Amino acid sequence: MNLSILVLLPFLGAALPPLAERFRASRTLLALSAAALPALALALMVAPARRVIAGDTVLSSLQWLPSLGLDLAFRLDGLSLMFAMLVLGIGLLIILYARYYLAANEKAGRFYAYLLLFMGAMLGVVTSDNLLLLVVFWELTSLSSFLLIGFWSHNSGARKGARMALTVTGLGGLALLAGVLLIGQVVGSYSLGEALASGDAIRASGLYPLILCLVLLGIFTKSAQFPFHFWLPHAMAAPTPVSAYLHSATMVKAGVFLLARFYPMLAGTNLWFDLVTLAGMATLIWGALAALFQHDLKGLLAYSTISHLGLITLLFGLNTELAAVAAVFHIINHATFKASLFMAAGIIDHETGTRDMRRINGLWRYMPYTAVLAMVASAAMAGVPLLNGFLSKEMFFAETLQSDRLGAMSWVLPLGATLGGVLSVAYSARFIHDVFFNGEPVNLPKFPPHEPPRYMKVPVEILVALCVAVGVFPALTVAGLLAVAGTATLGGTLPEYHLSIWHGFNLPLLMSVVALVGGVLVYSQRQRLFRWHARLPEINANLIFERAMQAVARFAGALSGRLRNGSLQTYVAWLLAVVSLVLLTQLGPHLLSGERALLPLDGVALLAGAMLIVAAVITAILHRHRMTAIMSISVVGLVVSLVFVRFSAPDLALTQLSVEVVTVMLLILAMYFLPVRTSAESGVFRVSRDLFLSVVVGGGVGVMAFAMMTSDFNSISGFFLENAKPGGGGTNVVNVILVDFRGFDTFGEITVLGIAAMGIYALLKDLKLTSPGADATGRPWARDAHPLVLVTISRPLLPLALLVSVYIFLRGHNLPGGGFIAGLVTSVALLLQYVASGVGWMHHRMPGDYHPVVALGLLLAGITGVASWLFGHPFLTSTFDYIHWPLVGKFEVASAMLFDTGVFLTVVGATLLMLANLGKLSLLDDKGAGAAYDGDETGQGGGA
Amino acid sequence: MEVMIALMIATLVGSGVYLTLRARTFPVILGITLLSYGVNLFVFVSGRLSLNQVPVVGMSENPSDPLPQALVLTAIVIGFAMTAFLVVLALRGQGEMNSDHVDGGSDGESHKEDR
Repeated sequence: MNLSILVLLPFLGAALPPLAERFRASRTLLALSAAALPALALALMVAPARRVIAGDTVLSSLQWLPSLGLDLAFRLDGLSLMFAMLVLGIGLLIILYARYYLAANEKAGRFYAYLLLFMGAMLGVVTSDNLLLLVVFWELTSLSSFLLIGFWSHNSGARKGARMALTVTGLGGLALLAGVLLIGQVVGSYSLGEALASGDAIRASGLYPLILCLVLLGIFTKSAQFPFHFWLPHAMAAPTPVSAYLHSATMVKAGVFLLARFYPMLAGTNLWFDLVTLAGMATLIWGALAALFQHDLKGLLAYSTISHLGLITLLFGLNTELAAVAAVFHIINHATFKASLFMAAGIIDHETGTRDMRRINGLWRYMPYTAVLAMVASAAMAGVPLLNGFLSKEMFFAETLQSDRLGAMSWVLPLGATLGGVLSVAYSARFIHDVFFNGEPVNLPKFPPHEPPRYMKVPVEILVALCVAVGVFPALTVAGLLAVAGTATLGGTLPEYHLSIWHGFNLPLLMSVVALVGGVLVYSQRQRLFRWHARLPEINANLIFERAMQAVARFAGALSGRLRNGSLQTYVAWLLAVVSLVLLTQLGPHLLSGERALLPLDGVALLAGAMLIVAAVITAILHRHRMTAIMSISVVGLVVSLVFVRFSAPDLALTQLSVEVVTVMLLILAMYFLPVRTSAESGVFRVSRDLFLSVVVGGGVGVMAFAMMTSDFNSISGFFLENAKPGGGGTNVVNVILVDFRGFDTFGEITVLGIAAMGIYALLKDLKLTSPGADATGRPWARDAHPLVLVTISRPLLPLALLVSVYIFLRGHNLPGGGFIAGLVTSVALLLQYVASGVGWMHHRMPGDYHPVVALGLLLAGITGVASWLFGHPFLTSTFDYIHWPLVGKFEVASAMLFDTGVFLTVVGATLLMLANLGKLSLLDDKGAGAAYDGDETGQGGGA
Repeated sequence: MEVMIALMIATLVGSGVYLTLRARTFPVILGITLLSYGVNLFVFVSGRLSLNQVPVVGMSENPSDPLPQALVLTAIVIGFAMTAFLVVLALRGQGEMNSDHVDGGSDGESHKEDR
C-alpha cells in the first residue's frame, strides 16, 4: 500500500467536519465525521505495521520536484510506526474527548478541521523519507498549531500565545531548513535514507558544527527546550484537547522525534553531547522547578512537559545506545500519562469553572472516579513503581551514571537527574494532594462539581489503563514496539536490555527512592517555598517577547518608511544607485582592451555623432523649453536611424524613421495637454545627485558597449543566414527571422502592441482635459488648425504613400521592408491626414474604431500559426511556393506573408488607435462630446 | 568608430537617466525616449559594427548579424507603444489629479523634493 495515501487521509478528512457542520449535523455526528478518515488510516496501517514489526522498512516514493531533490517519499520504520500510532491513536481519543469538551455553540467543525490538518502534518513529519519534505510538514505543524492555539480568537491571551508559538517554532523551522539544506550539500541528496547512511561523512565534514547548531535550533524551539521554552506555557490558552494532543503527545514531540531520527546522522560527537545534554539538563531542572510554583493546573502540566522533554533530550545527548532506547521509551510513556493528565485537567476545569489550584481543593468527594484516574496518571508522572513512568525513569537514572564525558565532574549528571526526579515527585504530589484533598473547594464558579459525561472519561481510562499495563507487564505490551523503534533510531542493532520492574538493589533504585521521599518532603514544605518564590522578581516572558516583537516592528516600519517615502523619484534614484554601485565596482580597465580591430572614424560619422551627442545633452538641459526639447530629441532619432543605415541595417533605419514621425506627433500632443510650465524645483543637492547617477550609469553602459564591440564573439546567426532562403523562402534574413524563425516572439510582440493600444483606449475613456490657449510665453496657439497648403499637399500624398507601403510590404520577405515597416508607413500617411484635415473630416471617411483592425491582425497571425497544425507541423511553421502571375511572372507566395499581414494590420490598428484617440481629446475639450464630429474642417486636429 | 558609438550610447543613457529622475511627467517621457534609443543602439551593436554588409542573402559576402537587428526592430515598435502608453498615463494623471508631478498630488503642494 502506498504510504502517501496514509498521510493524505487526515488532510482529506479535514474537509469533512466543516461540510457536516454546513448540513447541521449533530455534535456526535460531527465528531464521527472527523474520526472517520484517521480511523481508516489507522486500519490501513495494520498491514505495513506487520512488515515493520517483522523487521522491514516500508518505503514509497512519488516524484514531486525532482529538480530540487524534493520527492513525496515516505518511509515507515519502527520509529515512524511508533510515532504514527501515537499521532493517530491519541488523535482519535482527542476527537472523542473534544466532542464533550466543546460547548454546543462553538465552531466544532472548524476545530476538527484544524485538528486533522495538524494530524496530517504531524503524520507527514514522522513518515517523511525526504529531508525537504520533512521540513515542509514541520512548518505545516507550526501553522496548524497556530490555528489551534488561537482557536478561541476572541481571547487576547489565545491570540498572543498563538503568535508567540508560531514565531518561535517558525524561526526554528527556518534554522532547520538551513541545516537540512547543508546536510543535502554534504550528502548530495535530500533522501533521508541516504543521509542516515552518510553519518560519518556528515560528522567529518567541516560544516558539521554549523549543521548541528541549525538543526538543534529547530529541535529546541519545537520541543520547548531551555532557553526557548517560554512559548509553551503561553500556548496553554488553547482549548484543553489541543493541549492534550499537541503539548503532550505530538507537536512538542516533533523536536525529540527529530533527535531520534537524526541520531545516526548527527550523534556520537562531543559537540552533540555538550549541546544536547546541557540543554536537556537545564530544561529538566528549570521546567520541574517552575512547575512546582504554578497555581494554574495547566501551567503545572505545561512546565512538567517542558521538564520531561528536557529529560528525553538529555537522554539522547548521552551518546549511548541504551540511553537512546530509554529516550524512545520515555516518549511513549510521557505521551500516555501526560495526555491523560491534560484531559483530566480539562475535565476539572469544565466541572469547576477554574484551573486555580488555590481554589480547587477536596474534589475527591465530588468526582472520585476522575480523581482515581488523575492520581494514577500523576503517579506515573512521578515515577512510582508499577507504572510506566517508573520503568523509563529507572533507565534514565541508570544511564546518567554511565557517562564519563565530564570526567571528574561526572557526578553532576546523576545529581541533576535525582534533583529533577525530586521536583517531579513534588509537583505530581501537588497535583494529587492539592486538587483532590487538602480541605474544601474555595469559592468555585461552578458548585458543586460532579463527574463528567460517561464518554468523556473513556479516553482518559484507555490511556491510564495503558500506563498501568505497561508498568506491570512491560514485556507483554510495549517491548515489541520499543524494540523496532529503538532499532530504527540507532540505525543498527539493539543493545542488550531488560524491561522489568525489579533489577535488584542498585544505585538507580536508590535514586528513585531518594526522588520519591525527597519529593514528598519538598511538597510538605511548599508553603515556605511559595513564600520564597513570591519574593523573587517576576520574569514575564510574554512582556519581554512582546517588547522584542514591537521593537522589530518599529525598526521595520522605520526602515521601510525611509525607503518607501512615496516619492517615485527616490525609488528610481535608489534603483540607479544600486546599478551605479555594481558598475563602479565591476567595471575595470581590462574591459577596454578588446581583440577586434577598430573601424576607422571618418568625418561624416564624426559630425553625425557629435550632432547626436549635442542634441541629447540639449534635450536634457533644456527640457523645460519643451518645443526645443522636442526638436532636439527628433534630431537624436534621425541620427540613430542614420547609424542604422551606415552599419548595414536598412530595415531598422526604415522602422526608426517612421516611428520617429509618430513619436514626435505623440510628444507634441503630450506637450499640448500637459501644463505649459515645467517649474524648476530640483535643489542643488538633487541636481548634483542626479548628475552623478547619470554620468556613472551612462559612462558604465558606454564602457560596456565599447568592451562588447571590441571583443570577438560567436553568433548563432550563421544558422539564420544559411537557412533563410532554403527554409524560410526569403532572402531578407531579418524579415525571415521575424515572421518565420522567431515568429512566435513576433506574435507575442504584436500582442503586446495590441494590449498597449487597448490600455490607452481605456485610459482615455471619459478623460477630460483643458487645453491651454497659449504657450508658456503667452503666445496663442495658431487659430488656423488646418492650413490650406498642408491640406492640399497631404491629400494627393495619401495614395502615393499607400502604394509605397504596399510595395514595401510585398518586397519585405526578400528586400528591406515587411509588415512592421509597411504598417508604420501606412499609419504615418493616415495620421498626416488627421493632422492636416482634422478628426472630423477623417471620421466621415474612415471606420471610426480601430480595435477591430487590431483584433483582425492578431487573429490573422494566430490563424496562420494554427493552420500549420492542420498539416501536422508545429505552431507557426511556414511554407512557401512559387506561382506564375500574368504580367508579373514568377512570384513567391509564402504562408509567412499572411502572418506578416497580421503584423501589418496590428501595427496600423494600434498606432491609429493610440494617436487618433489622443487627437480626439482636443475636440472633446473644445466642443463637448456631443459635437465632437460635427465640424468638418474645424477643430484643433491633433493640436498641431 | 567604436569609440564614437560608445560615446553616443553613453550620452543617450546618461541624458535619459537624468531626465528620468525629474519630477514632472514631460521630462520623464523625454528621458524614457532617450533611454530607449540608447538601449536599442546597445542591443544593435551587440552584433558588432560592419559597413555595407546588409543581411540579405546574395547582397553581401559577409552579412552582418541579423539577429540583433530583428530584436531591435520589434523593440523600436514596442518602445513606441510604451512611450504612447506613458504619455496617456501622464495625461490621465493630469486629468484626474490636476498635476503633472510623477507622485501625483495637486500642484502647489510642497513635494518631497529636497529631502
